[in-house]
Amino acid sequence: MKRLAPVLATTAVFLIGYLVCTLTFPNFASLRVAMNLLTDNAFLGIVAVGMTFVIISGGIDLSVGSVIGFTTVFLALVIERAGMPPLLAFVAILAICAAFGALMGSVIQYFDLPPFIVTLAGMFLARGLSFLLSTESIPINAGLYSHLADYALRLPGGARLTVPAMIMLATVIGGALLLHGTRFGANVFALGGARGSAALMGINVGRSTVLIYMLSSLLAGLSGIVFSLYTSSGYSLSAVGVELDAIAAAVIGGTLLSGGYGFVLGTFVGVLIQGLIQTYISFDGSLSSWWAKIATGLLLFAFIGFQQATLHMARRGRLRPAAGVAS
Amino acid sequence: MALRLPRAGLSQVGALAVILLVNWIVSPQFFDIRLQDGRLFGSLIDVLNRGAPVALLSLGMVLVIAMRGIDLSVGAVMAICGAIAASLADSHALPVVLAASLGAGLLCGLWNGILVAVLGIQPIVATLILMVAGRGIAQLITEGRIVTFTSPALAWFGGGSVLGLPTPIVLTLVMLGLTAAIVRGTALGLLIEAAGGNARAAALSGVGTRAITVAVYVWCGLCAGLAGIVAAADILGADANNAGLWLELDAILAVVIGGTSLFGGRFSIPLAVIGALIIQAMNTGILLSGFPPEFNLIVKAVVVLAVLLLQSPRLGLKLGRRKP
Amino acid sequence: MDPYEDPPLLSLRGFSKSFAGQVALDRVDFMLEAGSIHALLGENGAGKSTLIKTMTGVVPRDAGTLCLGGVEIAPRSAAEATRAGIATVYQEVNLAPNLSVAQNLFLGRQPTRFGFVREREMRRRARALLAEFDIDIDIAAPLGSYSVAIQHIVAIARAVDLSARVLILDEPTASLDAHEVEVLFGVMRKLAARGIGIVFVTHFLDQVYAVCDRITVLRNGRLAGAASAGELPRLDLVRLMLGRELSAATAVRTPAAAGGDVLATFAGFGKAGYVAPFDLTLRAGQVIGLAGLLGSGRTETARLVFGAERADSGAAVVAGRTVELSSPRAALDLGFGYCPEERKTDGIVAELTVRENIVLALQARRGVFNPLSRREQDEIAARFIRLLDIRPPDPERPIGLLSGGNQQKALLARWLATGPRLLILDEPTRGIDVGAHAEIIALIRRLCAEGMALLVVSSELEEIVTYADEVVVLRDRAHVARLSGEAVEVSAILAAIAAESPALRASEAAE
Repeated sequence: MKRLAPVLATTAVFLIGYLVCTLTFPNFASLRVAMNLLTDNAFLGIVAVGMTFVIISGGIDLSVGSVIGFTTVFLALVIERAGMPPLLAFVAILAICAAFGALMGSVIQYFDLPPFIVTLAGMFLARGLSFLLSTESIPINAGLYSHLADYALRLPGGARLTVPAMIMLATVIGGALLLHGTRFGANVFALGGARGSAALMGINVGRSTVLIYMLSSLLAGLSGIVFSLYTSSGYSLSAVGVELDAIAAAVIGGTLLSGGYGFVLGTFVGVLIQGLIQTYISFDGSLSSWWAKIATGLLLFAFIGFQQATLHMARRGRLRPAAGVAS
Repeated sequence: MALRLPRAGLSQVGALAVILLVNWIVSPQFFDIRLQDGRLFGSLIDVLNRGAPVALLSLGMVLVIAMRGIDLSVGAVMAICGAIAASLADSHALPVVLAASLGAGLLCGLWNGILVAVLGIQPIVATLILMVAGRGIAQLITEGRIVTFTSPALAWFGGGSVLGLPTPIVLTLVMLGLTAAIVRGTALGLLIEAAGGNARAAALSGVGTRAITVAVYVWCGLCAGLAGIVAAADILGADANNAGLWLELDAILAVVIGGTSLFGGRFSIPLAVIGALIIQAMNTGILLSGFPPEFNLIVKAVVVLAVLLLQSPRLGLKLGRRKP
Repeated sequence: MDPYEDPPLLSLRGFSKSFAGQVALDRVDFMLEAGSIHALLGENGAGKSTLIKTMTGVVPRDAGTLCLGGVEIAPRSAAEATRAGIATVYQEVNLAPNLSVAQNLFLGRQPTRFGFVREREMRRRARALLAEFDIDIDIAAPLGSYSVAIQHIVAIARAVDLSARVLILDEPTASLDAHEVEVLFGVMRKLAARGIGIVFVTHFLDQVYAVCDRITVLRNGRLAGAASAGELPRLDLVRLMLGRELSAATAVRTPAAAGGDVLATFAGFGKAGYVAPFDLTLRAGQVIGLAGLLGSGRTETARLVFGAERADSGAAVVAGRTVELSSPRAALDLGFGYCPEERKTDGIVAELTVRENIVLALQARRGVFNPLSRREQDEIAARFIRLLDIRPPDPERPIGLLSGGNQQKALLARWLATGPRLLILDEPTRGIDVGAHAEIIALIRRLCAEGMALLVVSSELEEIVTYADEVVVLRDRAHVARLSGEAVEVSAILAAIAAESPALRASEAAE
């Protein structure tokens, strides 16, 4: 299980972190805190799953934060101002986001441009569009929203598994199955591990690339829906910088930023670690939120350094000999 | 890589001229400049003044990109250096404030350079670390508050003037001259272009690429530090959350508009600054024309895409511009 | 061409291809019988890779017909060729090293149920498939964790399982050790016995005779000859590969230079797995040629001497001082220069001007803070453009826009500008037109006469013998013979390349 080492390391970091938190704040060890951790980070968890696919395929998607922001504004406008039924609005925004991602994927693929700059343009575009729609924070009062906000699986100890948390867990499980259990998932790995070979091995590189960015934007849209449920409002400045958190979650979760290697579950743990840091800070009360950024940066550095060291060792170390070859 | 005969940057200068012209059409007072209290005022001056931070960033960024690198952390470095300057301004002498602030920028650049050149981490990944952590560090310095100061000495960097020209413009010009002198006055420019254009060939010709790589990131950090000081001096305070926010992207955009390829090699320092001015002139133009400033981002997105598509090897091939 | 009754498994007729006016393939015919292992041989630029690429549709051909089992086919991509039954396994295995062995074997055609890959079924099939090749490995481990030999066999297994009838192996053995080569040969023989036709590209003559039934040799884009392995002695084979019309042979042979002062000596210099330790003495005013087949260690020797690759054994003494050749920079400071074989990737900086390319090495030696002024640069560029007749004589033109010969001259100028004591030239006349050939050879002679030491790698034996005072022959990454004086003859070089004697050890080769 050497391949799982980074994920295990991440999980260990999370468990140790949780233990430290519990020792510091006895209240921490409750199911309620754990469930709140899921709810508070649901939107990040969803978008980070998409980011994991993109990064494993050797790309990056800087537009997701803006897409979330756009989604919340769009939903607030069409539901509150145009009176569209929320469910219909969800379908519409998911379709728009998927089309947006497909467009970015096509530009990356067919014009042979670096993903980071294309999705950067996408980031400007989505943020700009949401500013155009509205610059105010618009509350959403639709019946479905209050209903969904109230709905939750009640667990012992006053803990609630909320709808956003459920959607995130479903996305994580679905994403893990898609990535690790389907042909498409194998293609994602092949694209990131050996882009030149992928085409020679008969993979439709263009189609896969478009699908990957489409998936990322689609999940960003879903994340936006969850975000609007969570805040019951739409605001064009929401989720600024979430792309960085998502990238950090993937890297902390063991995904190689150069592509070809990673796990959805690792990303999930990476999200939880970031959430844990936030929760610790809010429990402490005296610490400021900027410690979260520094801690995330330190973790990023530690994991990137870990990856780099592993790569070096793999290059230097001896490959498995052709043992087992009957000669 | 499309090979071209050297160009004089006519298209960039032309684009800037067209944008300025459009600005003049929508706002006939655009070119009006008046002298008030020994300082020049007017929309054109404003473009130059507001464009200064991005122009400063682009001076460092252009060298990093020419080496096939990228520095995503410059916005965060601005925040750090601005925070240091603002917190020290009222208690220390100006030289101390400047040295501490610029020294921090230099250290940030050194950190990035070591990650890239010595540890061999991809630039986008290496600089991401500081991009994420940098704002936290800045807030650590300001203790999460917006630190304000009253020191007129530091304020001069944002609101002062030299012979009527606002200080940020003068600083940008000085740094432009200094960067050009360092890069073109030594062999650095040639060696950067060689190493960025073909790293293997440069190494086989005896060019030591590692030291050059560290040097360009250090310079990038230094420029970001100065931009941070200017930004802080402009608002008489440091806002760790918003100082330099997204400016790394504007700086990259300025460099790309200036004709330097994201794949390294040939670069132009003056054209990168012109790129920064183009961005600012567009921003100002949108404001002047009465459109909501929200249009800025959309226009920027369209410009990024247009410039990229023009640089795209694929499109070049389709238009038959590529030479054998 | 042999008359035949049954159509051969694969037949190519009249394959031609030019790139930008340069003929890469000129009416080449090629026949492959079912169940045979067929060596495709030739030096760099002979047209092997172009033949393979046009055969598999990776590159469109200008002319020619391709028949598989008597039926004409026209694949337009590697994927189409694979579907038609022609599969290629490249030296750089084109698989995904980060995926498991099983995933690699079945990528794109994994067994699925409800859209999910049936992992167990896939592993079962993978094990069964590899069992046919007598390989029992953990197929859940990433492919990249296995040796290159295993990766090759996995690639072959994948290709064969995709119903390949023709299997092209492009230099599969270049990075394998002797045992691994044997394992691979076992696999090849087994496949041939199943009726699969195998095209085997290699540089190792021993391997050709060990495993192949038939040999086809290309030279300069033309068919140089084809014969069954049993009817083609080694010497004739090498002659087919390297020799031109031997009668036209050795034009003007310069008298061997007396040899000036010793400039550099290398004793037991080498690097494990790269080049076996060798002894070499370089004298001012002397040209030493490095001859051998592609992959024999010529370029590797040159790179070691220049410090582009670090030696792990032996010592180098330059001008009486023991030196550490740790980097090109160190070699540059010692007055060495190196024009690499791969001009485009290792030599020119395409978008920089001719002037900038010429002054690059000199500037690198002077350091960042001691720049050449623009006037000095202009003077240097103008001097060498005139001296070497670089065309067009425009120092401000991006070098990428020049012809190959002129790029090569500019690279020579880059090193001449540093005033080197030793110049290492790797295939200085490859891929350039005939006129430039003669000029570069004349230049080599002139530099030598001026007292420079030269180390020249070349597969143009007729050329080597006209300028070299001494020729070192390499085989299988070792120096195997040293010819000097009157012994520098094409036939002697050919014989040394073809010989089966073991490599000289460094100590034995000591002068």
